[in-house]
Amino acid sequence: MLNVGKIEEGFVLDHIKAGKSLAIYHHLQLDKLDCTVAIIKNARSNKMGKKDILKVECDIDMLDLDVLAFIDHNITVNVIKDGNIVSKKELVLPKEIKNIIRCRNPRCITSIEQELPHIFVLADEAKEIYRCKYCEEKYRERL
Amino acid sequence: MRHLMSPLDFTTQELDRLFDLADDIEKNPGRYTHACEGKKLATCFYEPSTRTRLSFEAAMLNLGGSVIGFSDASSSSASKGESVSDTIRVISCFADICAMRHPKEGAPMVAADRSSIPVINAGDGGHQHPTQTLTDLLTIRSLKGRLSNFTIGLCGDLKFGRTVHSLINALVRYEGIHFIFISPEELKVPDYITDMLKEKNIPYEEVIRLESIMPRLDFLYMTRVQRERFFNEEDYVRLKDFYILDKTKMALAKEDMLVLHPLPRVNEISVEVDDDPRAAYFRQVQYGVYVRMALILTLLDIHVD
Repeated sequence: MLNVGKIEEGFVLDHIKAGKSLAIYHHLQLDKLDCTVAIIKNARSNKMGKKDILKVECDIDMLDLDVLAFIDHNITVNVIKDGNIVSKKELVLPKEIKNIIRCRNPRCITSIEQELPHIFVLADEAKEIYRCKYCEEKYRERL
Repeated sequence: MRHLMSPLDFTTQELDRLFDLADDIEKNPGRYTHACEGKKLATCFYEPSTRTRLSFEAAMLNLGGSVIGFSDASSSSASKGESVSDTIRVISCFADICAMRHPKEGAPMVAADRSSIPVINAGDGGHQHPTQTLTDLLTIRSLKGRLSNFTIGLCGDLKFGRTVHSLINALVRYEGIHFIFISPEELKVPDYITDMLKEKNIPYEEVIRLESIMPRLDFLYMTRVQRERFFNEEDYVRLKDFYILDKTKMALAKEDMLVLHPLPRVNEISVEVDDDPRAAYFRQVQYGVYVRMALILTLLDIHVD
């Protein structure tokens, strides 16, 4: 089995659905950070069978938890200091997300006014349904 | 400052106050003839809608106010590429309140976000048309004396008809409403509405034929099969004549059943029904003016002693 070493300071995103780690890497804009990132794909997991893991050496404040919660709020966020887990951040579905996803309704005002932000509001927490703030179109796909 | 984007923006208590005011306007119109003196309503209509625009204008003129505006996008700066956000900032300098219709869904909300005057959504694409819903509710309350405990049939285009969706969403907040949806298979009410009714344990039925349920209805809400909601002409021609209300069907209904329609009608209600005392759709238009008067007063926070 492949071994990836400990990080001294940063965060470990655990229990990522297998195959989703690269999408998360891009949505968290980790490519723009000047830090060490380890992407572990298809790691064995008792709970999930297979899972992905992301290890990032950087300040925890640099992580946009809202984006992460929207992508998958079941991901475990472990905060690492001095090589140890010091806390686990709980992900909560954000009430509103801005410019993460785009409204695809061709009848929506955002389709013609380019400068408008694409804002989605959490309409049903239990069913994890987000709707466009302007036209109320349901966002169907998960990232 | 408040805007009106959706009929659900007001609580049922706030709606009661709005309808009480509309009732008083109906009974004592003379008290309100100078209520909005010196105030201006801007009607910003990016697509043609004679009925709604004239209803707003009549409402403001009845209140002693004045009206400015445009009635289609080609006669506004939108044709030069101006955004809704910029237009409303400009209009805010000219008027005290704005009624906006736009073919794009959510445009009035963009305006409300940037506006320094109250904005009323006067229809945004297939999304919302809250003043029609307020009109429907006021008509029901005025003609039946209540907004609870009745059976309402909604007939025609239940798939694309935004007035139907808004009315259902508004009525589910009241007690004892039984819905009967009458439509061809192709124009059935969307799943998200029936899912919502199931969740709230609100009784509903879906039927294909109008005749069979006529005797049970307290209200029949007819809708037009709109040409602009169809992607091809063939489907439109095939479906538009599916449900036509005529004297024969009216003979099956209760004596105090009332027929409503958001208008304009094409041929879904035969003109022979117009003289039936149960045909309430032209009275409904009058209630539309009263409710818009009450809405303008409420949003401008004007009180008449």
